[in-house]
Amino acid sequence: MSTLQVSVYRYNPENDDAPWMQDFEIDTQGRDLMVLNVLQMIKEQDSSLVYRASCREGVCGSDGMNMNGKNGLSCVTPLSEVVKDNRLVLRPLPGLPVIRDLIIDMSLFYKQYERIQPYLQNDERPPAIERLQSPEDRDKLDGLYECILCACCSTSCPSFWWNPDKFVGPAGLLQAYRFLADSRDTHTQDRLSELDDPFSVFRCRGIMNCVNVCPKGLNPTRAIGKIREMLVRNTA
Amino acid sequence: MVTNILNPGRNGVADWMIQRASAVILGLYTIFMVAYLMFNPDLDYAAWSGLFSHLWMKVFTLLALLSIAAHTWVGLWIVATDYIKPAAIRFGTLLFVILALFVFVVWGVQVIWGV
Repeated sequence: MSTLQVSVYRYNPENDDAPWMQDFEIDTQGRDLMVLNVLQMIKEQDSSLVYRASCREGVCGSDGMNMNGKNGLSCVTPLSEVVKDNRLVLRPLPGLPVIRDLIIDMSLFYKQYERIQPYLQNDERPPAIERLQSPEDRDKLDGLYECILCACCSTSCPSFWWNPDKFVGPAGLLQAYRFLADSRDTHTQDRLSELDDPFSVFRCRGIMNCVNVCPKGLNPTRAIGKIREMLVRNTA
Repeated sequence: MVTNILNPGRNGVADWMIQRASAVILGLYTIFMVAYLMFNPDLDYAAWSGLFSHLWMKVFTLLALLSIAAHTWVGLWIVATDYIKPAAIRFGTLLFVILALFVFVVWGVQVIWGV
């Protein structure tokens, strides 16, 4: 039982007409490895397989992928958490174009992130040292700033699949709220007026796939609810 | 920012509030109707047309009818923009929906005030 059956999504647009699944047998020697370790062992068998990975400890957000149907970071996902019947199926994050094998084109994801202007904007005269914030105001940013932009949430969201060019997606909206909630940011009105169309925020139907997959345990659905509340208060 | 045929300058906040308000009205109308039918098990034509002869009942029913139309319009617009990608087919579908809703409302008004 220590031989794990792994099926990996392969696609190289230079050689393949269509994506295909390649099967591997991996001897885990009974250890509860991380999925990334298994990928490294597969690469020893077939060096043509490509995937993104960097920090291998859930900080950089490079190795988001779909493991047995659920998005997550392969470096912090132990086999015991995903493997069923000794089988592991690895696919790229769904909904975005595949560049090759497990590597996806994240341009649309980054475009939506850029659109919410993810930086502090303040027109007031800068103080001599720094802009101060009360501990209570700082607490409001907890659960928001920790996002590592791995795209596990947005690529598990059907609303983002159907309208990745118009719906900001859970990752972008979590960051949108991070700046709306920041006591030092003075551009709240401008930010809200960029979000009041029917797609950017309101395409969220609250199904909470994002909450289900976030490797950092964050809650984009709650943040989206707060943005919606701000928008309604702003107009009603 | 986002423009769409049949929906120039559509606003997400307004859509969201219409959806909630119409749902509340439809909820109240449903509760009223279920309660009325439960407390009148031997309902006959005279009692039924008597209920709808009151002006407040006509107004309440018309309000529910308009709520159905608004709720359906917002909801189906969202479904269509999610799932129907070719603009011509989406436009045709939404045109059919809005025309059908218009006919139902006018027809409904005639029925309610025909009592």
